[in-house]
Amino acid sequence: MATRANAPQAATPFDRRAFLDALLSVGFVSTAVAIAYPVGRFLVPPASGEPATESVVAARAGALRPNSAAIFKFGSKPGIVIRTAEGDVRAFSAVCTHLDCTVQFKADTTQLWCACHNGTYDLAGNVVSGPPPRGLEKFTVNIRGEGDDAEIVVSRT
Amino acid sequence: MSVIDWVDQRLDLTGIRHFIAEKGVPVHAQKIWYYLGGMTLFLFGVQVFTGILLLLYYRPSATEAYESVQFIVTQVQFGWLIRNIHSWSANLLIGLAFAHFFSVFFLKSYRKPRELTWVSGILLLFLMLGFGFSGYLLPWNELSFFATKVGTGIAGAMPVVGHFTLRLLRGGDDVTGATLSRFYGIHVAVLPLVTTALVALHLLFVQRQGMSVPIAVERKLRPGETLPQMRFFPNYILRDVLAWYVVIAILAALAAFYPWELGNKADPFAVVPPGIRPEWYFLAMFHTLKLLPSHVLGIEGERLGVVAFGLAALFLVVVPFLDRRASRGESSPTFTVLAVLALVYLVTFTIVGHLAK
Repeated sequence: MATRANAPQAATPFDRRAFLDALLSVGFVSTAVAIAYPVGRFLVPPASGEPATESVVAARAGALRPNSAAIFKFGSKPGIVIRTAEGDVRAFSAVCTHLDCTVQFKADTTQLWCACHNGTYDLAGNVVSGPPPRGLEKFTVNIRGEGDDAEIVVSRT
Repeated sequence: MSVIDWVDQRLDLTGIRHFIAEKGVPVHAQKIWYYLGGMTLFLFGVQVFTGILLLLYYRPSATEAYESVQFIVTQVQFGWLIRNIHSWSANLLIGLAFAHFFSVFFLKSYRKPRELTWVSGILLLFLMLGFGFSGYLLPWNELSFFATKVGTGIAGAMPVVGHFTLRLLRGGDDVTGATLSRFYGIHVAVLPLVTTALVALHLLFVQRQGMSVPIAVERKLRPGETLPQMRFFPNYILRDVLAWYVVIAILAALAAFYPWELGNKADPFAVVPPGIRPEWYFLAMFHTLKLLPSHVLGIEGERLGVVAFGLAALFLVVVPFLDRRASRGESSPTFTVLAVLALVYLVTFTIVGHLAK
């Protein structure tokens, strides 16, 4: 290129073609970025507008016999409320800490069991066996009212 | 060894190399019109791309459609941009498709041997109108709801098959959530499938035959003389890309400064808001039907209008087979006059339809 009549005879000759090619590439890359950025942001779902649930009525006291449990809706996720054989009422998030399956109460072993990968928790929510990395989230339970009609109110601790 | 060499050794790219090296575009004064098809194709790509993005959040039901579009434009990051681009691009696409259509009409590029390219192109133009009509309803707002009522009602005016078509389009006797489901299926599955196949065919024809040279230019050539050619790669394709950049710039400006309105949610029991009119590309047709008297020679005016439009559409499809003079490479003023009349009719009726109360 440096042999061209009016090209400067410098050590690094200025190549018009290479310069224009570079300019063109910068243009194309900028376009790609200008398109990729909004598209990337568009793909990320916005945070859901649903407010975090703080407290719900999980069940009526009369509906929950000793040594049984019920699943209830806590916001958009399931919770589980248990009445132990001794009559204690406890509530946990029913979302298994392993891979988000919903746990269930096993009356025969008096444990919480996850059917997906055989994880088990005791009735304090602690892991007994299986793959769950940590215990279930524990909720606070309050009884509102008297007798069988009393409401079992579960709130985030 | 470069990646291309690696692939070449295994798949033999000789054919593609020859194609890239030899493909040329004739150079003459009218070559500016060659860009319109490429620009239309580019916008079709924009539609497919932004359409797929909108599908991620859109919900096709009477109870959720409007809310989901509202969610897209207010909650999703850059959702307003994607939706505005989709709406504006749809309108530009139809505008450019019409421009492409008229340029081919005036230049008589449909003449032998390109009759089939023309037929596929006309069908694509009709498909684009179908896209516009079906997509218009999807946000489920007042305007689109009533426009769809009127539009499907016009289809219902067809003789013999009218009522059947109306029920087929609406998914019942009225425009309801069932209509929305249908239009959604047609808009995102049926039409894209057919269009993609036809576009492929259209492009294949164009590739096989190369660009048409206008009759006037062709006749000026001395025997044995050929037009100078421009290489398609990279000379012409870079010019194409430049045209696409112009399109992007216009799109981005429109999307940013003139957001597409969402309006109010459709309510089947609300009174029709004043000023109901279809999208601008149906205005000429809409206004013509409005002007027709209720009965002409004992036939319902609406029905007569619909039949006339059907015949006009059929005429467009067979133009290359009727224009015998152009087929022989002679100038055919009759068809030029027809094209002028069609253009004048469309433009005036669109403007009058727009201004009419």
